Amino acid sequence: MNVPAARPLVEVQDVSKRFTPHVSIGERIAAMLGSPVETRTVHAVDNVSFAIRKGEVLGLVGESGCGKSTLGRVVAGIHPPSEGRASIEGVAVMGEGRTPLKTTTRIQMVFQDPFASLDPRVRIGDTIGEGPLAHGLVAKADVQAYVARWLTAVGLPAEAAGRFPHQFSGGQRQRVAIARALAMQPDVLVCDEPVASLDVSIQAQIINLFLKLRRELDLTMLFISHDLGVVRHICDRVAIMYLGRIVELGAAADIFERPRHPYTRALLDSVPKLVTASDELVTFKPIQGELPSPLSPPPGCHFHLRCPHARERCRVEVPRLEGDPQPAACHYPLAP
Amino acid sequence: MDSASPVARFWDEFKTNRIAVAALGVVLLIGTLALISPLISPQNPYDLSRLVLMDARRPPGYVGSNGFTHWLGTDAQGRDLLSAILYGLRISIQVGVIAGGIAFVVGATLGAFAAYFGGRIEALIMRIIDLQLSFPAILLALVLAALLGQGKWPLIAALVTAQYAYFARTAHGAASTERSKDYVDAALSTPLAARRVVFRHILPNCLPPLIVVATVQIANSIALEATLSFLGLGLPVTEPSLGMLIANGFQYMLSGRYWISIYPGVALIVLIVAINLVGDQIRDQLNPRLRR
Repeated sequence: MNVPAARPLVEVQDVSKRFTPHVSIGERIAAMLGSPVETRTVHAVDNVSFAIRKGEVLGLVGESGCGKSTLGRVVAGIHPPSEGRASIEGVAVMGEGRTPLKTTTRIQMVFQDPFASLDPRVRIGDTIGEGPLAHGLVAKADVQAYVARWLTAVGLPAEAAGRFPHQFSGGQRQRVAIARALAMQPDVLVCDEPVASLDVSIQAQIINLFLKLRRELDLTMLFISHDLGVVRHICDRVAIMYLGRIVELGAAADIFERPRHPYTRALLDSVPKLVTASDELVTFKPIQGELPSPLSPPPGCHFHLRCPHARERCRVEVPRLEGDPQPAACHYPLAP
Repeated sequence: MDSASPVARFWDEFKTNRIAVAALGVVLLIGTLALISPLISPQNPYDLSRLVLMDARRPPGYVGSNGFTHWLGTDAQGRDLLSAILYGLRISIQVGVIAGGIAFVVGATLGAFAAYFGGRIEALIMRIIDLQLSFPAILLALVLAALLGQGKWPLIAALVTAQYAYFARTAHGAASTERSKDYVDAALSTPLAARRVVFRHILPNCLPPLIVVATVQIANSIALEATLSFLGLGLPVTEPSLGMLIANGFQYMLSGRYWISIYPGVALIVLIVAINLVGDQIRDQLNPRLRR
């Protein structure tokens, strides 16, 4: 990982994503007349930048509700960003316009819940084949063989193509979802908690499948997870996200061994460990307090309400993601 | 297949409601009779040369001058009422099903696209539909039937305009729910064209509530057509539907010749009630909250 590539494959530049609920005509009139109308804008992603090099697996870690899924969907071209842009080799993932559409097939996505991400009324062969067919990756006459090839690649029998999603188990469905994404021959795979909804025994199988496919297909991946064990196992670099912002970014080994941001430290400490190096049983330290609401994020450093090291400056000034090679967004980063 | 197909399971549950099964039987029976009415009716009520004015307004069971029994009597023109009802059912069902079908396609497409695109397109389409739903369907159909003139297709156009909004409302509601599901996001990340996402993925998943609306709306459009025909705004006299048969006998009601209006009316009621009973059962089965 020490040799820097000429240009990262995926670039995410200053991406923000806000969700503003529909403002009714009545509220709009009330606002014009000067009455204070409560804005309920959700700041899901707040000015995030990072890059993924070719062949790299970048982990994106954070608590539920920190915006990591939204960020993944912006990168995968499902949600247009409110500001900034995501691009692959310099080409924007999303087109222009008021209702922009995804313009590339080079980034594909695997979703968390394989029970929801497969259309229950479509045979899985058609689910896998329709994208490649629509984009001319395969001729109509060859689509069956093409689908069979990808089913085999993810460890399913070729005959499975004729079945419906409800005839599969969770792990098998996730394999189908992976086959659908890979059949588009992407360079980049965005995986949004792909094993979180599976049984632990199945999780390992799917993780191993990802590792095998990554090796065989030279895939670049954005791997979103809240499971630090899984992330440590498969990621080259890790980005830690807190309330819409990336707070620390670095090589996986460094992040886990020498965290610089207090939140990363706290996150690592909150993982229940049964046995420490010195063989004594320890209780884990939960992070104090709750994740603040993204409707009204606190000023300054988002983490200051829960940070044990917070000082006056943290309440006022937003820290920038600084430092090399392991940038952290903290005014008083932890000593290595 | 590891389990019975959804259709087979649906039928297994449907069978447990005897009334619904009987109603379905009635619908199918009436439908079949209407379909083959030219083959089974004793007389061709449209063939004016066969009508004998001498036989007009005769009570049920009257043996006509040309030898056969008019089981349900004859109307003011000497038409055999049984034949007229069979032919009338044929036209009523034809108009109802065609109008319901077109309204289904137009309404479901509009509603699903509105839900898919959201924003101003959705607001525009749905406000127009809300506006239309605030008028009584009969009023709208009356105005349109008067504007478009007589005939089968103008009538169907009037019925479609009066009814597509119900389909659009239902499709919009169901499609809005489907729109937020991951499989639609997956289609967007492929990416697939909007047309394909709506027709191939969203609409098939909205079918259950739409089928319920379709059964009710077909019954409604049959009733609406009968109303328009009764008021003289529907089909031309040469193609008498049930509504017109009722209208024809209306003036004789008080003179004791009840059968001219009553029998077509009974046929209409039986058909509409039967369709509604079937629709109710389908709705109960498709609505998980009503499940026992």
